[in-house]
Amino acid sequence: MNLLCRGSLALASAVLAVAAHAAVVTDERGVRVDLPQAPQRIVSLLPSLTESVCTLGACERLIGVDRYSNWPDAVRALPQLGGGIDPNVEAIVALKPDLVLLAKSSRATERLEALGLKVIVLEPKSHADVQRVLDVLGQVLGIGDAQRVWRAIDDSVSAAAEALPARARNKRVYFEVNSAPYAAGEVSFIGETLARLGAKNIVPASLGPFPKLNPEYVVRADPDLIMVGARSAQGLEQRPGWASIRAVREGRICRFKATESDVLVRPGPRMGEAAQLMAKCLRDKA
Amino acid sequence: MKSLHRRVLSLGIALMVLAAALLVLGAGIGSTGFESVFAAHRDPVALQIVWDIRLPRTLGAWLAGALLGLAGAVAQGLFRNPLADPYLLGSASGASLGMAVALSMFGVSAASTQWVVRLGLTGAAFVGAVLGVLLTLVLARGVQQTLRLLLAGVIVGVVLGAAKDLITIASADILQAIQGFMLGSTGLVGWSACGVMGALGLVCLLAGWALAPLLDGLALGEATASSLGLPLGAMRAALVAVLALATGTAVAQTGLIAFVGLAAPHLVRSAVKTTHARLILLSTAMGGLLLMAADLLARWLIAPQELPVGVLTAVLGGSYLLWLMHRRSARGGL
Repeated sequence: MNLLCRGSLALASAVLAVAAHAAVVTDERGVRVDLPQAPQRIVSLLPSLTESVCTLGACERLIGVDRYSNWPDAVRALPQLGGGIDPNVEAIVALKPDLVLLAKSSRATERLEALGLKVIVLEPKSHADVQRVLDVLGQVLGIGDAQRVWRAIDDSVSAAAEALPARARNKRVYFEVNSAPYAAGEVSFIGETLARLGAKNIVPASLGPFPKLNPEYVVRADPDLIMVGARSAQGLEQRPGWASIRAVREGRICRFKATESDVLVRPGPRMGEAAQLMAKCLRDKA
Repeated sequence: MKSLHRRVLSLGIALMVLAAALLVLGAGIGSTGFESVFAAHRDPVALQIVWDIRLPRTLGAWLAGALLGLAGAVAQGLFRNPLADPYLLGSASGASLGMAVALSMFGVSAASTQWVVRLGLTGAAFVGAVLGVLLTLVLARGVQQTLRLLLAGVIVGVVLGAAKDLITIASADILQAIQGFMLGSTGLVGWSACGVMGALGLVCLLAGWALAPLLDGLALGEATASSLGLPLGAMRAALVAVLALATGTAVAQTGLIAFVGLAAPHLVRSAVKTTHARLILLSTAMGGLLLMAADLLARWLIAPQELPVGVLTAVLGGSYLLWLMHRRSARGGL
């Protein structure tokens, strides 16, 4: 009886805590968004935000996502509301969300706000951003220990780094994001992970996070190892002059499957997994 | 003469009736169908969808198309060139450059972010479009020489377009947003955008109509036009202003919608041969109808998803013009 009583008391206080939850967060536009209650019907239009919400344990509060969100499996069953560049405003409104999470570059922000929806603009781009965005989402969702997720990412990256044999360190790596070619530089979140794995990025910080390179630059830098998505790896060896690159000569090219590429190029809770993928590549090929 | 007058009138009426029918149809097409319309009186969300999203969007498509049709008729008359389109004076590339600058300044520093948020992407695109046209005018040293104006417009278009590409390459994450803008979309048009386009459209239409006698004169050659005793310079400057304002307004709200401005005057001319005053009015109605129809198709073809409307206008308008040319050449004409 006593136990039951105490249990219901705990439940009541939990309900009270949810009801009293009020958060004011400042998003990346510098706009203060006031949330008197923890949102229960959330639309996320950026895969990394979808993944973050789910990892924070609020997946069941998502009611719609963009067409690129595909992890975890639970979100595949949700209505798809267009992409970042062409969100379907009508379908979003029809779902009656109490919060819409959007990337910075989305033009839909003004329109959705004009229709009376609460909008928070968040777009993680670096490790520090991911940590901060998790914090903001934790406040928004009323979840106390958002940093738990960050610590898990951090531990996973550290574990991946520690498990690497000495011979896999200090390798000079070229990470190609797509075949334009855009590369992941030192200051990108991919570059930050590579640095923690002890790899040397051939693209210095001065070139920015994702510079478009002259293919000649890669030939001159002569990387020991190339990481690339399987789709953009087509014909990589046949590019003029690339046959002489050490990584190409010695077959040290990691081609990531599409599902693995999704993990690698999204700055979100799966960055730990991404680090494991890159570490595996370093271990196997370097 | 009497029968021509009647044909012009009946074409105008047909265009407006069709537009009204499509407006009604537009209330019923979207992620769901007409059930939202029937549910609107009891379900506030259905009401919001029909009243605040579908109607302004459909009407906005008409208004943007009308602005482009108007601008197209003015451009083709002004440059005496049937290939002239509203984007000719650098407004399109200016608008996309404005968009690229705004997107890339977002998040660089607190001040620049605030500036972008305050101006809005629409505002940035409009400012870009106006600056593009002004740059063209400076390069052409005014509006006196049509050929010089045309050339300056093409050059400004190429240079500003390249500047936009440079910015996009430097910050690759805005690539998608820019691409969306280049394809054009009516999906984000609300009542306020309709208000802006409607008001400015009316001003442009009245001005264009009043200035049409100059276009009739120009069709007979610059010498004839000046011999008519019209204030050529002032009227031409006013027409360029109409062109820039109409295009800039449409582009800022809906992105670069292809072909409507080029095709609308041709479609009108293929139906009736008339004076520029009437051509401008009819071309406005035709452009509106074209874009509105394309917008409905874009929403309906793969519902609940959407196609970019600019792609559809290019496919539809382009194939119709091809067919028109084919039919005429088969008859031994142009």
